[in-house]
Amino acid sequence: MSVIEKELKIETENDFIVEAKNLKKYFPIKGGVLKRTVGHVKAVDDISLSIIRGETLGVVGESGSGKSTLGRVILRLMEPTEGQILFENEDISRLSNRQLRPFRKDMQIVFQDPFASLNPKMNVQELIEEPLLVQTSLDKHERREKAISLLEKVGLRPDSRLKYPHEFSGGQRQRISIARALALNPKFIICDEPVSALDVSIQAQVLNLMADLQDEFNLTYLFIAHDLSVVKHISDRVAVMYLGRIAEIAPKKNLYDTPLHPYTEALLSAVPSTDVLNKREKIILKGDLPSPSNPPSGCAFRTRCPKAHERCALERPELINVSEGHYVACHLYEQ
Amino acid sequence: MTEKTLLDVKGLKTYFYLEGKKVAKAVDGVHFSVKPGETVALVGESGSGKSITSLSIMKLIGKPGKIEEGQILFNGKDLVKFSDKQMTQVRGREIGMIFQEPMTALNPVFTIGNQITETLIRHKKVSKAEAEKKAIDLLKLVGFPRAEETMKEYPHQLSGGMRQRAMIAIAISCDPKLLIADEPTTALDVTIQAQILDIMDEMKKKFNMAVLLITHDLGVVAEYAERVMVMYGGQIVEQTTVENLFLNPKHPYTNGLLESLPSLEKEVDRLGAIKGMVPAAHEFPAGCRFSDRCPHVMDKCKAANPELVTVEPGHNVRCYLYE
Repeated sequence: MSVIEKELKIETENDFIVEAKNLKKYFPIKGGVLKRTVGHVKAVDDISLSIIRGETLGVVGESGSGKSTLGRVILRLMEPTEGQILFENEDISRLSNRQLRPFRKDMQIVFQDPFASLNPKMNVQELIEEPLLVQTSLDKHERREKAISLLEKVGLRPDSRLKYPHEFSGGQRQRISIARALALNPKFIICDEPVSALDVSIQAQVLNLMADLQDEFNLTYLFIAHDLSVVKHISDRVAVMYLGRIAEIAPKKNLYDTPLHPYTEALLSAVPSTDVLNKREKIILKGDLPSPSNPPSGCAFRTRCPKAHERCALERPELINVSEGHYVACHLYEQ
Repeated sequence: MTEKTLLDVKGLKTYFYLEGKKVAKAVDGVHFSVKPGETVALVGESGSGKSITSLSIMKLIGKPGKIEEGQILFNGKDLVKFSDKQMTQVRGREIGMIFQEPMTALNPVFTIGNQITETLIRHKKVSKAEAEKKAIDLLKLVGFPRAEETMKEYPHQLSGGMRQRAMIAIAISCDPKLLIADEPTTALDVTIQAQILDIMDEMKKKFNMAVLLITHDLGVVAEYAERVMVMYGGQIVEQTTVENLFLNPKHPYTNGLLESLPSLEKEVDRLGAIKGMVPAAHEFPAGCRFSDRCPHVMDKCKAANPELVTVEPGHNVRCYLYE
């Protein structure tokens, strides 16, 4: 599918595969002798978003912005504190583990660190067959066939199936993780920093592979990363997170060409550019990300925002729609 | 040479002797020079030998590694011939160094103040009170508004960006002529990376310090360096000005790297990936080390490794396409 065809498809259809409604994930902070809860880290704080079938929704944010927690809560790898998660219009946020099982095969995840996410005691074949063993009734022979075809799909030699994870490089391990995620023909895959541990030449190989697989199997991706260039390359729409909330969400072109939120502007300007003839003007933000256990009042970004005014300390801005598909949470854009 | 060079590395070879008589030629014949006040970048992927080159300059190579051959002329004196004791007078005083992970580079049981004053008292032979005064000034310089309080804090109380700024304060405390920065911003978020690189650039200008910047990030190279060396398989494959490298890249590896880089400026359907992966330092292919991944590979590439040749003044490439 060409880029234009894909954009058209996404614009005309409102077929949501995943929807999050007012999703919250608070982690309690225990203190004192009695280990009472003395506060909360609001890792995900009232997030609503919809993911359209077949698209790649990129989520960018700095460390501590809550982007990984968001992914884990959507998959129910972590329990949401509040809010709903709809998968193909069914509310999965309160289902028991047993009730969740049929949904599990449709939703998969690829993690950042392929060194930690693959069991070192299992060989490639066992790693890929494991989900088939749990979720399907394929026999031994069929499972082996499937494992071999998956290895070929992700660009690994089928004769490497008896090797163990330590015998592979980082890029190859990430291919194994992808093969494993694909084993059950999922519809939706969360990719949590899948290429950030890889060198650029290997990163390009893995990104191309992911794009090819998306076309072939009509996959929907939620692509979580801190690298704005990588997210721009792979995504159709992009959400920018700051301290557990969405600061801005828009189709990729809008977000990168006309960023509205001062945080998005600063983030984009800070990306080192290889364009030696046209240097971008940098907006250097002061200070660090505030602690998510004690976020600033009002707008969480106001302590670092070059455009902050009085109102930002008093009221928290809500996400407002400024143009087709472009939402921003900033008082500057309120009527 | 008319212009004075500060650092002149000639034919540096650093080998590691592995089990089973295998030899990893991590750095294999590297030549380059750094002039006072300039920023030179050493760029490459993991396993290219860029960090080993910087550690060799500081003579921080431990067993089973060894500097086999070559000269490291710093202000005309060959550091390779220096004893451990002589090196302690160079490290931290004439050459400052900052590393990727400031949490492991800082000592967790001493306060920030303690770690800066230690360097000053040792190298500058100043009194404790003078050292403290200078340390506070340095911390203010690298952007700690409450420097007096930061002096009393421990590394774990600081964020990643603050730790890296504290590292910079320590590294520049004795007015080094050369700062070696090994992936100084790789562990940091992009807004913090911009802060740190900005401070490094400011310090460099203020003290006319030369910087040897080791990084895998071509964007950082484009923004902050003046000259650049691309390393692959323990050798320099291309060496030129930053402008030249991005506007007129010659080596197929450099081209491949640039095409595999997603960027904010261009839009492509698929990235131009380099096939295969970086070979390990004990199993380089015969001939050109990039030959098994190169799209332009010829018969002679597999027979012998090409030399670094000058294609135009100040632009050297190690590739048969340009001989």
